[in-house]
Amino acid sequence: MNIDIKKEQEKAQENVKKQGLRVLVCAGTGCVANGALDIIKKFEKLGATVSTLTGQDKMTIVPTGCQGFCEQGVMIHLSDQNITYVRVKEEDVEEIYESHIKNNKTVERLLYIEPKTNEAKKRTEDINFYAKQTRNVLSNCGHISAESLEESVSARGYEALAKVLKENNPDAVIKEVEDSGLRGRGGGGFPTGRKWRFTAANKGGKSYVICNGDEGDPGAFMDGSLMEGDPHRLLEGMAIAAFAIGSDEGYIYVRAEYPLSVKRLRKAIADAEKAGFLGKNIMGTDFSFDLHIKEGAGAFVCGEETALIASIEGERGMPKPKPPFPANKGLFGRPTLINNVETFANVPGVMLNGAKWFSSFGTENSKGTKTFALTGEVNNTGLIEVPMGMTLREIVFDIGGGLRGGKKFKAVQIGGPSGGCLTEEHLDMPLDYDNLIKAGAMVGSGGLVVMNENTCMVEIARFFMNFIQNESCGKCVPCREGTKQMLKILERIVAGEGEMEDLDRIEELAIAVKDGSLCGLGKTAPNPILSTLKYFRDEYIAHIRDKKCPAGVCTAMKTIKIKEDLCKGCTKCTKTCPVGAISGTVKLPHVIDQSKCIKCEACLSACPFKAIVKE
Amino acid sequence: MVAQSTAKTDFAKVEEIIQSYGAKKSNLIAILQKVQEVFRYLPEDAMIYIGTKIEGLSPATVYGVATFYKQFSLEPKGKYEVKVCDGTACHVRGSMPILNTVRAKLNIKPGQLTTEDGLFSLEIVSCLGACGLSPVVVINGKVHPKMTSDAVKIVLDTILQREGVDKK
Repeated sequence: MNIDIKKEQEKAQENVKKQGLRVLVCAGTGCVANGALDIIKKFEKLGATVSTLTGQDKMTIVPTGCQGFCEQGVMIHLSDQNITYVRVKEEDVEEIYESHIKNNKTVERLLYIEPKTNEAKKRTEDINFYAKQTRNVLSNCGHISAESLEESVSARGYEALAKVLKENNPDAVIKEVEDSGLRGRGGGGFPTGRKWRFTAANKGGKSYVICNGDEGDPGAFMDGSLMEGDPHRLLEGMAIAAFAIGSDEGYIYVRAEYPLSVKRLRKAIADAEKAGFLGKNIMGTDFSFDLHIKEGAGAFVCGEETALIASIEGERGMPKPKPPFPANKGLFGRPTLINNVETFANVPGVMLNGAKWFSSFGTENSKGTKTFALTGEVNNTGLIEVPMGMTLREIVFDIGGGLRGGKKFKAVQIGGPSGGCLTEEHLDMPLDYDNLIKAGAMVGSGGLVVMNENTCMVEIARFFMNFIQNESCGKCVPCREGTKQMLKILERIVAGEGEMEDLDRIEELAIAVKDGSLCGLGKTAPNPILSTLKYFRDEYIAHIRDKKCPAGVCTAMKTIKIKEDLCKGCTKCTKTCPVGAISGTVKLPHVIDQSKCIKCEACLSACPFKAIVKE
Repeated sequence: MVAQSTAKTDFAKVEEIIQSYGAKKSNLIAILQKVQEVFRYLPEDAMIYIGTKIEGLSPATVYGVATFYKQFSLEPKGKYEVKVCDGTACHVRGSMPILNTVRAKLNIKPGQLTTEDGLFSLEIVSCLGACGLSPVVVINGKVHPKMTSDAVKIVLDTILQREGVDKK
């Protein structure tokens, strides 16, 4: 079918206008967990057609993708006055409806309060969390319905694909991507255009396009948010890639833990096929592109491209030596282009606005913007997008609003188990691919976990090594056995049984694993150890020599005690203790049975008199 | 072992699942996922059946795939699948005390998957993508945000009550 995208766009925009007052309710994974679906139901119950003072005769409830500010969920954005309400609960719906929608009166108590100035912020863009961001890839995420093709089209969805098909010059597409300087957003940072060119060189015969949506790094959820918030942008990016390299079939590999992404992608693919934007003879041209979804089954190593390909083929997801590179011999032995979700999602923007526009963001060698998942002990957790080269200080303290509870900043773990930690000395370093490698970390997929003075860096190293050791596929001996031994040593140290020679042993092992492993998982596995050893060696020494955990985390080195003089015998702690280790008579001081205590600290927060302390 | 595992596997159902995806090697993971969804685990004879039915596979390769991916379970999962997230963000914000509480409450030892009565299974997972709300616990797909030891007790109590089980 012949499609005039401009006409489709106008039609879609008309229809969106007809929706009247748009009530944008965040329905990302986080907000759904906070009860977004109940809020949507409640709104719908109150009636879809109402009179409002703003002259609209109708309101429409729009479930959107992640609006980003997860900490403040559920978020609701009202289009008429450009107001964002935060921390909305089901019971607030009626008030929003009566006050704002019917009587045009802002519900002040649901506005966001800037913690530093105590100022209520009405408009989204005035909130500090958003003010410093540049949302290019996420421009639609949270602004359009996550399940409507029409809304995507109204926001320029598939315009880039239409343009590319009309110009009908695959080589020019690759050239534009090359010129843009776009690099792989999955971690490695390989130039995307070059990857496309390599694959396109194998033209003729079957080839595949794969999207790597196996976002396995614990603490990262950007790709998941993109897939569930603006799925059509990803589909469009993949279709453009397929056209450029001459492929007619593709796969999206989504990790098992993202059921909402799978659901929305399935709907998006079906809708796009029906509209003639995917499938046979797209937009009436000779170009066809069939897209399938493959669900992962919970294996971190499948984020590695050759392992991912093996998994799509129905095998154990074990990496293979390169060469042959997937560009030459990939899925089912055919040339295959494999890019990350965010990389593909950047493509429509590049094609619409040009390489020059794209490269106007970022630094010398890292162009464009990057999404990050900002989590951990920071005030404003959420999904953010900033130009490459922004400093960590701006991200943590301006966008993130500083540390929770006024605690002291200690480190940021970036790039998950393959990455490393950045400390105070890196706060003013521009974040880009090359600077991070120099600092012993990497962009990885983009998880930023903020840690404060109460985080034990040795325990964090143990945590990551435990993760990696579980996820090592077992193919390469250094990775399989080395990670196990490194974990053993770390477990010894956090248990207070380490010796100084352990530090040399672990460093030696780390280098052996790095050098002796085939794939990225093994090659980068020692990074968390090496970077914590580099920046927090004193903490390791404190654990080994002084048998002390400076952060007070490691259970072997702490005791939970009840201060007799402060305990009022209220029995709250006995009810909280999961193992029944606390006993005592009402109104008399209680005691903890140290042989039963698992040092979970649940009683610490339960005690209203601060009578329970850890030593 | 729990009672269901000795029950006879419904091969007609397994066959139906194979046919619905197509008897192709590349569909193996999807087929296993569906089988697990229906039976709550991968029964050994179902794996043998699949390995014999699909060309290019053997029971051994099916077993290899099933044991490689963490999602697959060779013993029955509980009616309520409890997943405690221990991704980085949840770990930093205290997922371990929550895990300990769940273990104590449900009487599940480390390494044990399902409770004796088959009602609950407990897994530690790394990252469910709700890091902004850490720490989280997921029970049968429903995400419970910003958990504490007390909060998770209440959640479990509600389920126990619904099931009419009296646990202290």
